[in-house]
Amino acid sequence: MTVRGTLPDPEALAAAVAARDRAALARSLNLLDDRRPQARRCAAHFLATLPSEKLDVEGHLIGITGPPGAGKSSLTSALIGVWQQRGLSVGILAVDPSSPLSGGALLGDRLRMLAHDHGSNGSVFIRSLACRGEFGGLSAEVWPMSLAMLAAFDIVLIETVGVGQKEIDISKMSDTTCFVAQPASGDSIQFLKAGIMEVPHILVVNKEDMGAAARKTLTELRFTLKKQMDPAGWQVPALAVSAVKGTGIEKLADTLDGHRQWLVEHDLLDTRRKQFQAEWIVKRLREEFGRFGIEKLGGEQHLFQVLTQRSGSPFDEYDALRDGFLTHWQES
Amino acid sequence: MQPHTNKRDKPWLMRTYSGHTSAKASNALYRSNLTKGQTGLSVAFDLPTQTGYDSDHILARGEVGKVGVPICHIGDMETLFDQIPLGKMNTSMTINATAAWLLALYVAVAERQGVAHSQLQGTTQNDILKEYLSRGTYIFPPEPSVRLITDVISYTVQQIPKWNPTNICSYHLQEAGATPMQELAYALSTAITILDAVRDSGQISADAFADVVGRISFFVNAGIRFIEECCKMRAFVQLWDKIAQERYGVDDPKMRRFRYGIQVNSLGLTESQPENNVQRIILEMLAVTLSKDARARAIQLPAWNEALGLPRPWDQQWALRMQQVLAFETDLLEYDDIFGGSPVIAAKVQELVEGAEEELERVRENGGMIQAIENGYVKRQLVTSHTQRMRAIERGELKIVGLNCFRETEPSPLVGEGEGSIMKVDPRAEREQIESLKAFREQRNAAEVEAALAHLAEVAKSGENIMPASIRCAHAGVTTGEWSQVLREVFGEYRPPTGIDITSHDATPSATVQEIRDRVHRTGEELGRPLRILVGKPGLDGHSNGAEQIAVKARDVGFEIVYEGIRLTPRQIAKGALEEGVHLIGLSVLSGSHMELVEDIFKELAEVGLADIPVIVGGIIPVEDARTLRNQGVAAVYTPKDSDMNTIMADIVDIIRQSNGLKPFEQKAA
Repeated sequence: MTVRGTLPDPEALAAAVAARDRAALARSLNLLDDRRPQARRCAAHFLATLPSEKLDVEGHLIGITGPPGAGKSSLTSALIGVWQQRGLSVGILAVDPSSPLSGGALLGDRLRMLAHDHGSNGSVFIRSLACRGEFGGLSAEVWPMSLAMLAAFDIVLIETVGVGQKEIDISKMSDTTCFVAQPASGDSIQFLKAGIMEVPHILVVNKEDMGAAARKTLTELRFTLKKQMDPAGWQVPALAVSAVKGTGIEKLADTLDGHRQWLVEHDLLDTRRKQFQAEWIVKRLREEFGRFGIEKLGGEQHLFQVLTQRSGSPFDEYDALRDGFLTHWQES
Repeated sequence: MQPHTNKRDKPWLMRTYSGHTSAKASNALYRSNLTKGQTGLSVAFDLPTQTGYDSDHILARGEVGKVGVPICHIGDMETLFDQIPLGKMNTSMTINATAAWLLALYVAVAERQGVAHSQLQGTTQNDILKEYLSRGTYIFPPEPSVRLITDVISYTVQQIPKWNPTNICSYHLQEAGATPMQELAYALSTAITILDAVRDSGQISADAFADVVGRISFFVNAGIRFIEECCKMRAFVQLWDKIAQERYGVDDPKMRRFRYGIQVNSLGLTESQPENNVQRIILEMLAVTLSKDARARAIQLPAWNEALGLPRPWDQQWALRMQQVLAFETDLLEYDDIFGGSPVIAAKVQELVEGAEEELERVRENGGMIQAIENGYVKRQLVTSHTQRMRAIERGELKIVGLNCFRETEPSPLVGEGEGSIMKVDPRAEREQIESLKAFREQRNAAEVEAALAHLAEVAKSGENIMPASIRCAHAGVTTGEWSQVLREVFGEYRPPTGIDITSHDATPSATVQEIRDRVHRTGEELGRPLRILVGKPGLDGHSNGAEQIAVKARDVGFEIVYEGIRLTPRQIAKGALEEGVHLIGLSVLSGSHMELVEDIFKELAEVGLADIPVIVGGIIPVEDARTLRNQGVAAVYTPKDSDMNTIMADIVDIIRQSNGLKPFEQKAA
């Protein structure tokens, strides 16, 4: 029986996760989900013990987002197929909306992603997550969980619905962000043009089997993209695929990997990963203390500067800053 | 007063939906039913046959011979119809994804009996679109599925003119929650999709198209609100006549007739005070017989004890006798339509027609039935209606005698303790079926089988009609699993839409719901993270309505639900529970294979180190089985009599608490 309050040995757990033990990974995700103070301490220790080279420069963290109905889960399923053929191990974090009323959630993406897997081929690991409304955007557990998965798998994919807040969140925790648009929906283009949507690294028009509508959307996207550039200098490609027919998936997998290569060549991968931790901490602080709190802690820019230079466990860094703020506030 | 006619109307076809254990046992049952005055056969196939797996496939474990007869090859089919002359029989087959194959086997058996194609009479259900919405025995994606339906229609219209190639089903839509208007709209939308596909396939010349329209039949449900149901049937007649005339230009009114068969509502039958189901069944039968202008062509009635388990031959006989009393003892068949001229009926029919036309329009706006299924529109509408119905039962606004009111009862002499009141499939049946299948594979001509399968694959790719190649396969000794596998490879398999992403919520939750939400939340706080449950259906049974309702309800009281859907292997369930870090597993099994499946799931859970995770099971589970399951470690078993979902939710919280060393809540929430 899982006796209440029994926490795993964080070091043994980290070692087992790094050795790709699936049960250990599942336990570690439960631990990272656990909000009790003693569990948080254990989780901090666990994260700090994970092999840092894996977290800093290895693997590939991919974010897939897009409007409902664009076929993200089917696309993920198709990509899983390609990655498996290439001998890559895959972990998925599938984020679904929560009910704002009850706090409950129906997480049904597994169903689509594993439609063809009759248990014989068990190499993909999927954890479904609810947004858990309180934060807006992606819940606080997603990023730490992606780290545990990164320690165990070659590819970690975070899938989430949405344009707007969630889409911005996902770009702050993935090496490569991929936006999936659906043919004949002008929304994504409008968002891009208006600058509401952060420019992703890769744009995908799914359902290319729909023909003319898909081609038209692709042309429009390409036209819009010409005027936009990733701040770091990456030229954003737009691809047409069909998750259902299985066309263009190999090319998409290549393109995703191409972006990772590009990050490595430009020495940007580990910088980006350090940035994720800073983003995560600053976001938590802002949620707790608001803009006022961030100002009191020296302002956003200062915080990013400090945080990207340090390399402590995210929970420890967060707690240190939080305690600092509370002490300061009590003193003044 | 309406004068009654001199001549009694001809009675409808009387059938009993049956089949179990093996072809041999089912054949004996059919022959005995025919001697009792049944006038047609209605074949129930087991789930492996329906989903295109041989009896020895891993997913077939526990399912062989359970909800119907296993048919793996022509040998089984010959045994099934042994001493039943197919030229004189009217056979209905409830078969969908593999309809073309089972029809091919039937035709091949007829050929071996020396019966001409033109003499064959019967029906293949062959409506795959509703399988995506309810029932769940689909295999292929919509496009090739529609092509298979089209092929069967084109083939039979030309070769077996008395065959009903497709029985468009509103039956299962009602089970999935459809209101009468939705039933009308979605069944007719499906019929339009199918007819358009046949027309566009070019297999039938334009001047013969009226024959196609004339061969389309329907399979409808009749619920307990029998006046409204009667009006629904009249609305169907009106709407179909209009569609046939306006959309397909059918001039002959006979070809525009709405022809339908009926099975009255099985899912509405209760487990508590099951004898009351007799009244329900009879009232529901009235809905489809009273009005001559909208009378069913064929009727099959469920047995009074279906909510308890598999009915025995005596239970089925009782159901048949209900039909015979109505047809032969009463004066019903002496009259013309008794509702003609009633303004009350006319107004209700009009209301249904208008409502259905609006919903038909909405389906059109969604791009037609296939699109509306694929984008989840129809499923959302159904789940929403179903949820509303469940809430109304919960609140007592919708009364079900013996279930949510008038519950006090004397002990029923019909339901004895022990195994007396239902039938059990002999557990040896599965092993024997597998042995005979292996022996059959040994003795056939491998080269012929290979050639027939290769030809089938070619035809599947080329778009040529699938039937002749399938009949060749049947004669060559191809098995159900082999035929399906070839097509799986060519067509691919269907991925269900996430499906239950409905947004409907209990806007004004009752105090009970508030209390349960609070308990879910507090327990989550105590355990450190939100409570998570995995809900899924192991085995091949696709009746997912119950599992979906539990999932939606659990979401509404604050659980995080990982919904895994249907056709899961025990290993997939264990893997899902591990990866998702759930606190409890909820299984739903309606096919009678719960014992084998639960045993396998426990084994798999132990293997991934989750031996202690609580498991609850819901379904049609006989009392003794429930006891055994609890002894084996199942935390709770729920059957149709457990209609109060709040109680189930409160139980789940307590089960999770106890398995984590917390004290259960003391007071009842519900």
